[in-house]
Amino acid sequence: MSEIIKTENLQYAYPVEEGQLAIPVLKGVTLSVGRGEFVAVLGHNGSGKSTLAGCFNAIRLPTGGVCYVDMMDTRDENNTYEVRKTVSMVFQNPDNQLVATVVEEDVAFALENMGVPPQEIRKRVDEALKAVGMYEYRAQAPHRLSGGQKQRVAIAGVIAMMPRCVVLDEPTAMLDPQGRREVMAVVRELNRKFGITVILITHHMDEAVQAGRVVVMHQGNVLMDGTPREIFTQVDTLRAASLTVPQTIEVLYDLDRQDGESLPIDALSVDECADILEKYLQ
Amino acid sequence: MLKDITIGQFFPGDSAVHRLDPRVKIVLTIAFIVLLFLAEGPVSYALVLAFLAIIIGISRISPKLVVRGLKPILFIIVFTAVLNLFYTPGEYIWQWGFLHISREGIRTAIFMVVRLMLLIIATSMLTYTTSPIQLTDGLERLLSPLKKLHAPVHELSMMMSIALRFIPTLIEETEKIISAQKARGADFESGSLVQRAKAMIPILVPLFISAFRRADELATAMECRLYRGDVGRTRMKQLKITRVDICAILICAALFAAILVLRRYGL
Repeated sequence: MSEIIKTENLQYAYPVEEGQLAIPVLKGVTLSVGRGEFVAVLGHNGSGKSTLAGCFNAIRLPTGGVCYVDMMDTRDENNTYEVRKTVSMVFQNPDNQLVATVVEEDVAFALENMGVPPQEIRKRVDEALKAVGMYEYRAQAPHRLSGGQKQRVAIAGVIAMMPRCVVLDEPTAMLDPQGRREVMAVVRELNRKFGITVILITHHMDEAVQAGRVVVMHQGNVLMDGTPREIFTQVDTLRAASLTVPQTIEVLYDLDRQDGESLPIDALSVDECADILEKYLQ
Repeated sequence: MLKDITIGQFFPGDSAVHRLDPRVKIVLTIAFIVLLFLAEGPVSYALVLAFLAIIIGISRISPKLVVRGLKPILFIIVFTAVLNLFYTPGEYIWQWGFLHISREGIRTAIFMVVRLMLLIIATSMLTYTTSPIQLTDGLERLLSPLKKLHAPVHELSMMMSIALRFIPTLIEETEKIISAQKARGADFESGSLVQRAKAMIPILVPLFISAFRRADELATAMECRLYRGDVGRTRMKQLKITRVDICAILICAALFAAILVLRRYGL
């Protein structure tokens, strides 16, 4: 089996007090993610994308259906430790996931929990910090770093664990544009250089464009699944799911509709868009 | 005003004081506190003061920071001084009604103030030069014999280090909430003591709620990073007693002996 994550009719409802109806958040998601893929999961607030991420890491156990991580059923408690070793997670708020008071000790935290020998920890921590470009900050206190830097430290903590898959739950939501760029560069590197499967939960279109595959969640179901080019050219479907499209595509799409010109609208980068516009204006 | 709180802060560095084994530092700090209460005469205090000054010098921590650490306990220092000044019996040199100042009172007051200040400086030097993780690590290992009695030593040291980690985060948050409430017209500076205490409620409620939320998220993040308590844990930084540690122990032993000798002669 080549999938690292596979869900079958995955359902999840948050527990509620007695006498109330459970509100289903995931309504039967069937999805499989292959090894080495870079998947962006898009969705409006409340579409269930974060809940889905929690299922991949056994933080949330399915209330219906199954979720397999590397062929292990996440519902089996005996698997939980191995599941979390295979799929690690980076959260939205960088402040609430850094445990230690010094950068390098935080990166070492997971390795210490795994019982890795000290010299090996030292080596892996240094490598991970260099990979995210935070090596010179190794002796700093996390609260003195910027949001983007903190998030890169959190990612270094994940790299050091050497998992097969990383799930990032809106890692750039609380960052400024500069921090977002830094973090996204590291995320791409995770996939390309380290060959780690990356699942990026986001609501930024320009981040999703960088992935190899985009999954769009809407009201607890998978609405669309395909390459960025396939997904983002379906402007009407995306807008119906209250999602915006990348600005490059939006410009071309609106021009296309107004003038009845048949423009190619699949410009994912600014350069591509500029080329098309240049031709159009001539 | 909140930025002034420096107790429990760590200033990274690479001095000999920073490099000392945390276990040695903790034990020596405790020994130093005992020493402070054994010292009686001005010569002893001068010696202890010089010793502390040398340590601050070696550690390259700016003396300004050290003095600033005293601010939060200024009230306690003044209070102790006043109590000792007026309530020590002895040879009165000034009297008014039930108030009196004795020669012994002045002496005790001065010594108490110096003692308290040195106490705070010594303990804050420990936290300034030792990363909280090292500190809790040292404590955990010093207390590890208690694990056999099922005392939750690891859990306590983990809790301590997380608390220390979140002090700056929560201070920042408090400042944000204060600004937010001020922008909505909250008044924290005027009114009686009771009114001012009541004005703190709109700060404390959001602060607590967010602290709980943070705790919840942190717990999830820790679980994701395979935290299972003390089961099969290793440490990146191994503690080792080096030559520097032995030197420090010997120097402190010498100081201890010197103070004991001086005490004999009442100096």
